[in-house]
Amino acid sequence: MTGHALTRRRLLAGGAAAAAALPLSGCDPLGQNADVDTVLRSAETLTMRVQRLLLGRNALAREFQATDISPSFRVNGTSRPGSEEYAALEADGFAHWRLKVDGLVQRPGAFSLADLKALPARTQITRHDCVEGWSAIGQWTGVPLATILGAVGLMPNARFAVFHCADELELTFDGSGRYYESIDLVDAFHPQTILAYAMNGADLSVGHGAPLRLRVERQLGYKHAKYLMRIELVQSLKDLWGGNGGYWEDRGYQWYAGI
Amino acid sequence: MFERTANGPKPARSTLIKRHSIATRLTHWVNALCIALLLLSGLQIFNAHPELYWGRYGADGDPAVLSIGAESGPSGTRGVVRVGSVTLPTTGVLGLSTLDGRPVARAFPAWLTIPSYQDLATGRRWHFFFAWLFVANGLVYLLAGVLSRHVARDLAPDRDQLTPRHLWREILDHARLRFPQGDEARRYNGLQKISYLAVIFVLLPLMVVTGLTMSPAMDAAFPVLLDIFGGRQSARTIHFITASLVVLFVLVHVAMVVLSGPLNNLRSMITGRYAIREKGSDR
Repeated sequence: MTGHALTRRRLLAGGAAAAAALPLSGCDPLGQNADVDTVLRSAETLTMRVQRLLLGRNALAREFQATDISPSFRVNGTSRPGSEEYAALEADGFAHWRLKVDGLVQRPGAFSLADLKALPARTQITRHDCVEGWSAIGQWTGVPLATILGAVGLMPNARFAVFHCADELELTFDGSGRYYESIDLVDAFHPQTILAYAMNGADLSVGHGAPLRLRVERQLGYKHAKYLMRIELVQSLKDLWGGNGGYWEDRGYQWYAGI
Repeated sequence: MFERTANGPKPARSTLIKRHSIATRLTHWVNALCIALLLLSGLQIFNAHPELYWGRYGADGDPAVLSIGAESGPSGTRGVVRVGSVTLPTTGVLGLSTLDGRPVARAFPAWLTIPSYQDLATGRRWHFFFAWLFVANGLVYLLAGVLSRHVARDLAPDRDQLTPRHLWREILDHARLRFPQGDEARRYNGLQKISYLAVIFVLLPLMVVTGLTMSPAMDAAFPVLLDIFGGRQSARTIHFITASLVVLFVLVHVAMVVLSGPLNNLRSMITGRYAIREKGSDR
């Protein structure tokens, strides 16, 4: 995920520059220096490797009791996608909405809400942690992503699942403000990674991502893409929008959001 | 006691001893750098959601144990800190501060955060890089401290330093700004040892562990973290409290360095050499 290769020279130069950062006024230019940025980003790879080592594939996020559910659950990011397409889908209760699954798969598919609800479901009460620092606990019901991936069959070179969403968080001419997210296959096949269509026992509200949102419980909130329209299996994230694997990642946030 | 030499009276009252090993000196300064940058980037992260809660969850609308913000009133906008039911006006520093001559609503002012402008992603990048360096440096210090017996020899209080009478006298001496001289200056005083041990073995590890408890992946790997601290939001609040205690320690530490001979203390932490002034000298 780094912008350019981390060589020993860059590490030393960047490290020395970072170490000289004590006078506060000096920190802003340093933070914008490419070598310093590369050095700082190197810690992210380390964090992901170490956390994955400690986690293993299947360690579960804690699941809570019904009495632990937050009395209110903050709606974050988009509260209602602005497109006419979404308004039309919402108008008839998402009867014409389809989840497309394509890319590096053997049998590209399209799933209606009824199709998804007919599949075996998983219900989990988990904590949602925003990158900003707040947390809320909610109950989620949905189809394990592994079930869908099994149904379409992955090509051997598929490495990431990309989630394309209906909401545009930033209005742009080229569409680069469209929300998207990505996870690798470790998280895609994790038992708690579900495509949720219900929250706290009711259909997902528009504010929380109707008709379908991703839950990827061992990572921060921005990974939990709302308003899912399409899941694309890819080998690399480089060719998508900013190339960093997500809307917020293209704006500087870490792709691995386990911390 | 005087020593006379051929050149006339000359006070031989000061001897240089070796106080700090190279490992102590290096890790001390790396630690100082890390703590400074962790604090400033931590305040940037706090600014993204300037409220603290107790328990498993907490967000806007949930009861906060502390919040820093700006509120509008009849006399204009003001910065406030709320702790429980107490509201403190803090305009100018907390909640509302001046940036480029204009009032800005932000919890901690621009001059206290990395980067100065609001940028959570960059703040997190600095914070986690220096968190790794801080932990690696701390492990080097602990390993060296155990192997060289620095912890057992220099930090563990001696039996005579732990009597109530002795500690009380040390408290009075500190209050009067009288610091040990002569042979007594060859070792750390009792209060010094106790505070160093508390920072090294309680406060700083607590910083790391409460920080890790905020990571959803770490909570999945070690769910016991949530039981220890009573939830992610409690851990976040404890992280803020322990950071405040570290700041308090640094302020007292630097004050003591300045009051008890700044040049001698600084030299000992740079070159390792510390001057002992003989007791009862007539200077």
